[in-house]
Amino acid sequence: MSASAVLSVPGLEQVYDALATAIDTAGPEKSELFLVKLALLNAQALGDAALFQAHVDAALKDL
Amino acid sequence: MHQPHAEPRRSIYYAYQVHKPWLPSDHPPQTRKRVVVVGAGPIGLFTALELARLGVPCVLLESELQVSEGSRAIVFTRRSMEILQQVGVDRAITASGLPWRFGNSFYRNQRVYRMEAPHDPDDRFFPMINLQQQYLEQYLIEAVQAQPLIDLRWGNRVTRIEHNDGCARVEVDTPEGPYHLESDWLVAADGARSGLRAMMDLKLEGASYEGRFVIADIRIDLPLPTERLAFFDPVWNPGNTILMHREPHGIWRVDYQLPADETPEQALAPDSLKARIDAQLAMIGHGGTPWEMDWCSVYSARALTLPGYVHGRVLFTGDAAHMLPIFGVRGANTGWQDAQGLAWRLAFVVKGVAPPSLLHSYSSERVAAAWEIIDEAGKSTRFMTPPTRGFRLLRDAVLSLSLSQPFVGPLYHWRTSRPHEYTDSPLNSPGDDNALFTAGPGHGAPPQNVRLGPDEYLLDHLGGGFDLLVFTDRNIPDALRQVVAEARSGGVPLRVVAVGAAAPVPGADLALADGDGRVRQRYGVRAAGAAYLLRPDQHVCARWMNLDADRLRSALRTALGRGTADIAVKKGA
Repeated sequence: MSASAVLSVPGLEQVYDALATAIDTAGPEKSELFLVKLALLNAQALGDAALFQAHVDAALKDL
Repeated sequence: MHQPHAEPRRSIYYAYQVHKPWLPSDHPPQTRKRVVVVGAGPIGLFTALELARLGVPCVLLESELQVSEGSRAIVFTRRSMEILQQVGVDRAITASGLPWRFGNSFYRNQRVYRMEAPHDPDDRFFPMINLQQQYLEQYLIEAVQAQPLIDLRWGNRVTRIEHNDGCARVEVDTPEGPYHLESDWLVAADGARSGLRAMMDLKLEGASYEGRFVIADIRIDLPLPTERLAFFDPVWNPGNTILMHREPHGIWRVDYQLPADETPEQALAPDSLKARIDAQLAMIGHGGTPWEMDWCSVYSARALTLPGYVHGRVLFTGDAAHMLPIFGVRGANTGWQDAQGLAWRLAFVVKGVAPPSLLHSYSSERVAAAWEIIDEAGKSTRFMTPPTRGFRLLRDAVLSLSLSQPFVGPLYHWRTSRPHEYTDSPLNSPGDDNALFTAGPGHGAPPQNVRLGPDEYLLDHLGGGFDLLVFTDRNIPDALRQVVAEARSGGVPLRVVAVGAAAPVPGADLALADGDGRVRQRYGVRAAGAAYLLRPDQHVCARWMNLDADRLRSALRTALGRGTADIAVKKGA
């Protein structure tokens, strides 16, 4: 799993807050749907099905 | 005693004709037949016609006295039309059917995806044409009745079968009781609920899906073009999918998914049907438009196939061999490809032109095609009727995204039936120049049609035997003519077509001018002397940059299932 550009710490903090706020905005009924939509959008931007699979595998660890 | 339904079936647009049953007491004792075909549906009728065209007589047994109840298969693909053209019913279908090429998917009253099937100017037929199955069967029956080699027996139901290495023997029940019929070969074209498959205790492999659909035909005047309409997660049927297709004679097909807890009987209750169809019409802005029910039924999405289609002297074809989800119009359209692949081989085996082992390649080609379809149909089915929580979440996320993100649109498109390429067929010639071509249909591919002039296309001229397309305007060399003559004397129908020849070519049966070089271009031919060999089902089995006699002889041997060791193409070998 590698990427040419990584988030800076302030950038990571910004994503952290944005995701938490958006999950609260979507509400408990719709947060799963929201997260799946977000994953599909990110996958499309990633443009790499194998890299996406690596992200899936990493996210499935230690649940 | 078999008592088929003897009253015309009820329909508001189709006048059913009840045929007289074939009774054994009206006929002399039955001699052994070459071929018996069981089932006079679209696939059995076509099989009989194709066998007859190749000179093989058959008895065609049909349990009922009339054609299909309800419209059933209504969408026929371009390849199906090319196949049906071979038995001469394409013009009747074109004259009465509704051609189309666009599909629309809707979510929350917004069109989120539009499928456009390409329509090449070199194609005679549209990507799809809609026609009720009753008419299609009627046209095939009219062709059968004009064909003296086919003995069509209405009201004849097969109730028992025995078969061994050399013979199939069936007990046939009729309105006056049973008789027996022996044949060298028996074709099982008796449909999805195949009695023969059950009698022989053959098991289908694959998957059944949870989703069940109501299928209803209504007569209604809707000002909408002939395009496929699919509605996802509609307000009146949350989470489910509704499909609509226009049919001729003012009929519309409406399909919708049953709620999981509902039985087919409940779903087909008139009040339930009326409420749901009214709700669907209201959703598309045509609430209150008067309509009348013609026919309705329930089907479930299944994706199953027999692991092999040749069982001794019994050959399975069409839905009797496999049950495929109808998303993507895969029933009859797959069946005709089966039957086309079976009929020429069986005809050649019956006439002693090819060994019985040729039939194994029918099974291997078509079983592989069925598994490909099952795999593709599985993707469509997982989108239409998500089987698990995860699949449902993804489907719902795609629906939601599609309102603003066009990149997910293609996920709506369920792949429709297409002609299969027999890339790994044992009938493909290993010693040809297939790999050297950069364009044109390759090993095992169906042919590319080419427009030759007004109402004239390349495929109009091909079929009924092997076709050798030679790209030349010069005399066919003597050595090649010798190979052609050998094949013909062995009983192999083989036509030589010179392409790119404005005048008749000695040694060729037909010359096509190809003045604009269109055929050469579509077949990837850059220099004279190239050639294509097409099987009787029009699939390519060999192509050469420069044809020579030895390689033609070898390709014909391979295509007849004689392998590469056997030298002569000899009758009865």
